Amino acid sequence: MQAAIHSLPAGRTAPGQVPSRQVPRAAHGLLSLTYPNKELFHRQCALLRGAVPAGFPSPADDYVEQHISLDEHLIRHPESTFFMRVAGDSMRGLGIFDGDLLVVDRSLPTAHGCVVIAVLDGEFTVKQLLHTAEGQVLRAAHPAYADTLIKPEQDFSIWGVVRWNVHKV
Amino acid sequence: MRAIALIDCNNFFVSCERLFQPRLEGKPVVVLSNNDGCVVSRSQEVKDLGVKMAVPWFQLKDLAKRHGIIALSSNYTLYADISNRVMRLLSQWSPDQEIYSIDESFLDMTGIPDLTQYAQTMRGTIKQCVGIPVCVGIASSKTLAKLANHVAKKQQRYDSVCDFNAMSSPELDALLAQIEVGEVWGVGRRSTSRLQQMGINSVLELKRAPAKRIRAEFGVMLERTVAELNGEACLELDDVTPPRQQIICSRSFGVPVTLLPDLEQAVIAYVTRAAEKLRSQHSLAGGIQVYIRTNPHKEKYPQYQQAMLLPLFEPTNDTRLLCHAALGGLRQIYRSGYVYQKAGVMLTEIIPATARPRTLFDDVAAQQKSASLMSTLDRINRRMGSGTVQLLGEGISKNWSMRRGNMSQRYTTEWDELAVAS
Repeated sequence: MQAAIHSLPAGRTAPGQVPSRQVPRAAHGLLSLTYPNKELFHRQCALLRGAVPAGFPSPADDYVEQHISLDEHLIRHPESTFFMRVAGDSMRGLGIFDGDLLVVDRSLPTAHGCVVIAVLDGEFTVKQLLHTAEGQVLRAAHPAYADTLIKPEQDFSIWGVVRWNVHKV
Repeated sequence: MRAIALIDCNNFFVSCERLFQPRLEGKPVVVLSNNDGCVVSRSQEVKDLGVKMAVPWFQLKDLAKRHGIIALSSNYTLYADISNRVMRLLSQWSPDQEIYSIDESFLDMTGIPDLTQYAQTMRGTIKQCVGIPVCVGIASSKTLAKLANHVAKKQQRYDSVCDFNAMSSPELDALLAQIEVGEVWGVGRRSTSRLQQMGINSVLELKRAPAKRIRAEFGVMLERTVAELNGEACLELDDVTPPRQQIICSRSFGVPVTLLPDLEQAVIAYVTRAAEKLRSQHSLAGGIQVYIRTNPHKEKYPQYQQAMLLPLFEPTNDTRLLCHAALGGLRQIYRSGYVYQKAGVMLTEIIPATARPRTLFDDVAAQQKSASLMSTLDRINRRMGSGTVQLLGEGISKNWSMRRGNMSQRYTTEWDELAVAS
């Protein structure tokens, strides 16, 4: 009987059943005969009854894969990844809107044309970074915003590279 | 030769604040302890003004006004998250790590060639990935590594990485002769003055002190320190912190409290927090102590303090059972007519949940129900923010809670407190 329980694929217990790892040890042994809690005892019985058909392994068992995780998909480097909120519509041309959620990775190198979180005069800004002959340029994706050429005396740094934008449809 | 590195984050709390508030860069900034009491972290600019650690904030108000010092309340949620990131990154640079505190970690780097360069690259990676500046001290023992870190931090020519192992011994001794003996790890204020009376003022003098005499005067601990100063590694890296044997949660109130219902709310809140910690380390507590006290610094007021240890019927980590016991104790020790300043709870007799003693009278069904209720509670509070689901007794508006006048957002752990980029 115990073997039958263990052949149940993990996480595939039928509704109403107790997953096998939660069954107290005592319930399997002799003690269960004198078990004081009737409700639990009946549930254990139901579990054992339900487990018998699973003694024949499901042909799908070998094909059980892990769940796919959005976290894993969006976050390559958990230690250096931070979320930020967008304010304003200066980047709407690249599909980044007011209130969107940015996935920012600080570990990535910057490249010409990538979208970055920059710190300009002590404030965060999300813009496209361009390396031009005159120097670094921050470009918005909106016709109303002019390019910002970074002057050497300006307090400027790149905080991180934007890898994803999460936009609610 | 053994190579043990101590990595220490520079002005850690201030650095965390600057990461998400870049406009604080280059400005004098301090972070204050709970209830905005004392200075617990200072930016370099503040250190340069001569402000010492643990100075009460009210003593600094004039200086702060003159120099525009910015004071922030401590945001431990943020610091803990950033610390975890730093520690996980550091663990990739060595097979053996001991996390020593929220902002310090030992790494075993024995056998790695060109250590100074290696440590510089590691430092650069931490700075880029999490934005936290760190200093690295390397030596053949933990005690020396601590001192190497001190040198890396204080002496600019080492560029934040100081490797004692790379120095000749006359060179190292010359350096140790410049450092006061009180800087040595494990040498407290009292030992320092006794050592000074014996004519031991510098680290070098302690290093050269006869071990027997040190043992006779101070005991084996300091004798071991002397051995460590001589390059003999006596202290190993503790890679796993054992589960805590006691869990304490206590805080001073933001405002003085006189009434029992307010104390009850506070005790429930502290039990809740302590029980969460207990469950996160998969343990049960066999007893709980509750204590209350008035403010010993206000001598004009009548003073009272009392504690009570309450054994539990069976070991548990159920917030409700722990609260029930703690409140029973509180009601017995509470006396009206006092102005209370602090309350706390301590969980004792902690055992792993798997080692729960079984008895004939165990109500296994109730235990299971309790376990699933508590894990659901923890899951909800983890996902939706702490305090989403709480015992009603904790109160909704907490008029006793801490003063945290100028706390920054929890940028990395709460959806609606993220940093904003325009």
